Amino acid sequence: MSEVRFRHHTLRNGLQIVAECNPNAYSTGLAYFVKTGSRDETEEISGVSHFLEHMVFKGTPTRTAEQVNQQLDEIGSQSNAFTSEEQTVYYCAVLPEFQLPALELLSDILRPLLRQDDFDTEKQVILEEIAKYDDQPPFGAHEKALAYHFQQHPLGRSVLGTRETVGQLRRDQMLNYFNLRYSAGNIVLAMAGNVDFDAVITQLEKQIGHWENYDTQRDTPRAQPNSGFHSLEKPSAHQQYIIQISNGPAAEDDNRYASRLLALIFGDENNSRLFWEMIDTGKAEYAVVEPSEYQGTGIFLSYLCCQPDSVQEILELYQTLARDIQEHGVTQQELELAKSKVCSHIVLRAERAASRMFGIGNNWVQRGEYTSIQESIKRFQSVTPADLAEVLEKYPLTQCTSVAIGPTKIEHM
Amino acid sequence: MQQMPWLESAALSILVPAGSQRDPIGLPGLASFTAEMVQRGCGPFNSREYLDQLDRLGAARSASVTNSHTRFSAAIPANRINDTLTLYRELIQTPHLPEKQLEDSRLVAMQELLAMEDDLAQKLLRELRKRLYPDPYGRSTTGTLESVQAISHQDITSHVTNFYVPENAIISVAGKIEFDNVIRTVEQLFGSWQGRIQTEISETPPLEGHHHIQHDSSQTQIGIVYPSVAYCHPDYFLARSAVGVLSDGMSSRLFTEVREKRGLCYTVYAMCHTIKEHGCVLAYAGTTTERAQETLDVMLAEIKRLADGVFDDELQRLKARIKTGLIMQQESSSSRSISMASDWHLLGRVRSLTELSELLDQVNTKAINEYLKANPPQQFKVVTLGQQALDTSGVERGSHE
Repeated sequence: MSEVRFRHHTLRNGLQIVAECNPNAYSTGLAYFVKTGSRDETEEISGVSHFLEHMVFKGTPTRTAEQVNQQLDEIGSQSNAFTSEEQTVYYCAVLPEFQLPALELLSDILRPLLRQDDFDTEKQVILEEIAKYDDQPPFGAHEKALAYHFQQHPLGRSVLGTRETVGQLRRDQMLNYFNLRYSAGNIVLAMAGNVDFDAVITQLEKQIGHWENYDTQRDTPRAQPNSGFHSLEKPSAHQQYIIQISNGPAAEDDNRYASRLLALIFGDENNSRLFWEMIDTGKAEYAVVEPSEYQGTGIFLSYLCCQPDSVQEILELYQTLARDIQEHGVTQQELELAKSKVCSHIVLRAERAASRMFGIGNNWVQRGEYTSIQESIKRFQSVTPADLAEVLEKYPLTQCTSVAIGPTKIEHM
Repeated sequence: MQQMPWLESAALSILVPAGSQRDPIGLPGLASFTAEMVQRGCGPFNSREYLDQLDRLGAARSASVTNSHTRFSAAIPANRINDTLTLYRELIQTPHLPEKQLEDSRLVAMQELLAMEDDLAQKLLRELRKRLYPDPYGRSTTGTLESVQAISHQDITSHVTNFYVPENAIISVAGKIEFDNVIRTVEQLFGSWQGRIQTEISETPPLEGHHHIQHDSSQTQIGIVYPSVAYCHPDYFLARSAVGVLSDGMSSRLFTEVREKRGLCYTVYAMCHTIKEHGCVLAYAGTTTERAQETLDVMLAEIKRLADGVFDDELQRLKARIKTGLIMQQESSSSRSISMASDWHLLGRVRSLTELSELLDQVNTKAINEYLKANPPQQFKVVTLGQQALDTSGVERGSHE
C-alpha cells in the first residue's frame, strides 16, 4: 500500500487527469468522466446524453464502428460506458502494457463522427433498451418516483428518455448537445492501478491538447422537500413494487458519511432494521434504502417489493420504523457494526483497479477531492451518533414521495 | 487453497452437496428452503447474533443454491480468516433450524418465487433449462408454490442430515493466507465432521421440442439451446473458443450482426453452460414483438455459420480478452476461491492460472475448425416468451446433418 501515489495534472485546455498509481497492480483502469447527464437536458431532447453515449462507440474520422469494437477487443479490454443524471462515463480495464493504446482509443472515440446511418440504427437499439426496462421490475416506477419527487427540478428527468423523445430526436440536436457539453474543461480522466502517469500526460498533450475548452454550466438548486403517494397499474405483474424517496445530503455535504451509515443501519439488505422486520419475517421480498448524492441536493431511495395484498401493511411498517429511528436514533452497537461493515467493504473493493478508478473519478468530479483508502476509513470511523441524529433531523425519512406499481391500483393511504 | 500475498483480503467458499439435484420427488425447492432455514441461528448464536458476528468481521457474504451444491461464500480482511471459518463451521454443522421460524422462512421462499414470475429472462431460462439436461440436472432451484407449501420441518432437518455432509463437500480458500494456518484451522473445525450422502440420483430425459410462453410484455424473450461438451471434456476449450468468437466482446459475431448492424436488440449473447455430467450452448436475446422473428433467424444463422469455421483474427481477439480476465482474477480473492471450488467439483482438481494460460496458448483455429466440422451446432431447442409465438419450422434448416 505504501507505494500507492496520487497524481494530478491539468492539460492546457482544462482537461483534468487524476490517478492513483500503484506499480504493483496487475491491471490498469481508465475512465473518462464527462460531466453531463439527464439533468443537463431539456424536455425536448430527453435521453440525448445516453443516446450520445452509444453513438460515441460508432466511429471517428479515422475509425469505423467495427474498427472501434475490434480494437477494444484486440487489447483485451473490459470496456463499457454508462450514463447517469450527472455523468457520462467511458471506461476500460486493461493489462498495464495496453494502457497507452487503450488511452489512445478511448480518447479518439470521444470525438465521434455521429454518422446519420449509425444514428438511425442505434436509435432502434435505444428503443429496445427502453422496452427492456418496461418489462422489468419496477416497470419504470423508479423514474416516476424521481419525477414526482423532483417535480420541476432538472433531476426529475429520466436518463433513458421516452419512446417519444428518443423517437423524435434528430442528429443535429445531438450534435448541438455534444458541442455544448463535451468541452475539454468538462471532462476528467481518472486512472487507477498500474499507471505510467508521465507517459499518459505526454501522449494526451499530443493527442487531445487541441480539444477546445468553453464554458459549460449547470444549475444546481436544492430540491424542495416533497411528499405524496401515487399508485400505478401493471396488470401483468405478480408482485407490488414500491419506490420511496426522501431528501438527503448533497455530494458536497460533509454529513454524507453519516448518511451512508444511517442507510446501512436502517435499510441495508442484510442485518438492518428493515431486514429484520420485513425480510426475515417474509413480509417483503426486498427492502433496501440507499443514499444518492448529486451536486446541490441528495436523496434517500427506498425500494420495497411485496405481495399485492400486503402493500398497506408494508407502507405502515416502513413509516413506523422510520418514526422510531427519527425519535430514538440508533444504538452505539448498530453504529459500530455499520462502521465495520462499510470499512471492510472499502478495503475489499479497492483491490480491483477498475473499482478504485470509479471511486477516484467520482470523488474528483463531485468534489474536486482525492481521498485515500485510509482517509475514507478514518472519516467513517469518526462518525458519532450525534452526526446521525443531525442527518435525521435535517432529512426526515418519514417524509417521502411514494410510488407503488403492481397488478392492482392502491387507494390513497 | 491459493496464496495471494499481494492482497489485503481472504475469501472462502464452502460447498455442501445439498444442490437442487438432491431435492426429493414432489419437493423441488427443498434445498433452497433449507439454506434459508440454516441461516436462522447456529451453535451459540441466534440469527441476529450470528449476523452481528459476521458484520463485526466485515464479511461480504453470499449464499446460493446451485444444481449440485449449496454454497456459502465470504470475503474478509485477511487476518479474520480463522474467526470466519469458525462461524461457518457452526452454520454448516450446528444449525438450529428453529421450528417456530418455519412459516417466516416459507414466506421468504414464496416471495422469491413470486418475484421470479416478474423476471421474464429468469422465467425463460427456467423453462429452457428443463430442455438442457435430463432431470434432476435441468430443474430449477426454487421449486413451485405447491412444493414450497408442502415442505415440513421434518423435511428440512432430514435434508441437513442427509446432505450437509463432508462427502463431496468442498472448502476453498484464497487470498493473503498461510497454508499451515488454514490447514490447521480447517482440520480443527471440520476434521471430525461426519456423514454421507443418503440418496442415489436417477435420470429422466429432458423435455423435447420448442416451446412458447404467452406473456403480455413489450419484448419477446428468445432462448436457444443446443448440446455441447462438459467442462471436463478434452474438447471443452475448443467448444468454448467457438462460442467466444460468437459472443465474447463487442466485435463478436452476435453483437455485430444482431445489434450493431441491424439494431435488433439491446441484449444478445451466447455462452457455454456446463455442469459436471453435461454441457450445452445457450443463447439469449430480448427484442420487441415485431422484430422477434428476424432476431431469431439472424441468431440461428450466426450460430449455424460457426460450422464453416472461425478466423485467426477473431481467435486472437478472444485470447486477448480471456488473458486479461485470467490475470484480473489475481485482483480478487473471492473470484479465485469460487473458481477453485468450481474446478474441484467439475474436474476433481484445480487448474492453476498458469495451466489455464498454457491451455489458452495451445488453442488454434485449425483445431477449433476441425472440432466444429465434426460437431456442427444442431439439435436446437427454442423457447420464447412474449405476445406471439415465433415460426420455428426452419430451425434445423441449413444445419449440417
